[in-house]
Amino acid sequence: MSEKEIKSLEEIFEAKIARDEKIEPKDWMPEKYRQTHIRQISQHAHSEIVGMLPEGNWITRAPSLKRKVALLAKIQDEAGHGLYLYSACETLGISRDELYEQLHSGKAKYSSIFNYPTLTWADMGAVGWLVDGAAIINQVPLCATSYGPYARAMVRVCKEESFHQRQGFQIMMTLAEGTPEQKEMAQDALNRWWFPALMMLGPTDDASVHTAQSMKWKLKRKTNDELRQQFVDQTVPQAEMIGLTIPDPNLKWNPETKHYEFSELDWEEFWQVVKGHGPCNKMRLDARRNAWNNGEWVRNAAMAYAEKQENREVKQAI
Amino acid sequence: MKNWPLWEVFIRSKNGLEHRHCGSLHASDATMALENARDVYTRRMEGVSIWVVPSSQITASNPELNGETFEPAMDKAYRHPTFYELPDELKHM
Repeated sequence: MSEKEIKSLEEIFEAKIARDEKIEPKDWMPEKYRQTHIRQISQHAHSEIVGMLPEGNWITRAPSLKRKVALLAKIQDEAGHGLYLYSACETLGISRDELYEQLHSGKAKYSSIFNYPTLTWADMGAVGWLVDGAAIINQVPLCATSYGPYARAMVRVCKEESFHQRQGFQIMMTLAEGTPEQKEMAQDALNRWWFPALMMLGPTDDASVHTAQSMKWKLKRKTNDELRQQFVDQTVPQAEMIGLTIPDPNLKWNPETKHYEFSELDWEEFWQVVKGHGPCNKMRLDARRNAWNNGEWVRNAAMAYAEKQENREVKQAI
Repeated sequence: MKNWPLWEVFIRSKNGLEHRHCGSLHASDATMALENARDVYTRRMEGVSIWVVPSSQITASNPELNGETFEPAMDKAYRHPTFYELPDELKHM
């Protein structure tokens, strides 16, 4: 294709997105659109899969059968979300194996929040309330993103995600209404998860390299700072409602802007965790690699069985 | 060893409605694809029937040929009831 032809295809493409038309897998798309989507959708899928690990730690330690079945259901949803997203990503012409390889080699990133440890049962509450809460704020606008398979996957994800946040908040609420030790446990979890949850919404707008292009492609509808402000504004009253304190001495309501003001975040810590130096980066990746490598014989056995059955059917037909 | 093939999943949400495409998954054979589809796509009573089809078996139209494939229908307004102008007094038609 000549440069001129590509230019006119690009114009048609951009106009389509501007009209809110969806892009489907076999439609022509600029290579950069394809690559950006592979990067973002796979990062999202990996986050769902790695996100199961900090919670898996608490399945056998859940305080009651009710809490245990709820936690199991939430983790199973996350496996499902990872699968929807991997499927959406594969429609862009990359294989599942390549995607896993990028995760296991460290080439692809996942949400850095999952590199923090889950130390007490209250962390299951804080993760559901804050981490899933921040995720929902990020994900709801993606239901209207321009790439059809991603938007459809996000609709399913968002429908299921609200149960996650509610079960997390209810854990925190129950602990906050409990004994002084239980309330302290809830406060401690909030203290540890608050700032990482705020950072989950991404670098500040002036430091975010992908924002401008992503807004144009409707891969992003609000900037990171707008999303973060929305999260703070909606979460602070929730903490007050259950008598917990947001661990930020600079937090205050601004009656003029009608928003909360809050402390500058520790971006140095954020980049350290992204670069692999968080408390649990190595543990998380090792767990993924081990699961993949140790499962290889199972995958091979299933494939060998399927082939054998197929051959048997063919022979019988003859 | 070969990778598990890709399957397309179709779900009937309730009797009386058609099966609709809802996504895809990897599985070694059709039985496993059905079991996985149940776990991935019907955890909240989203379906009463599942079809799985190997993705490689689907033949799709080419969006680059959408013009010649679909546009001829655009100038055939006479296929629509509103094409026929009839007196207002005419009832039940």
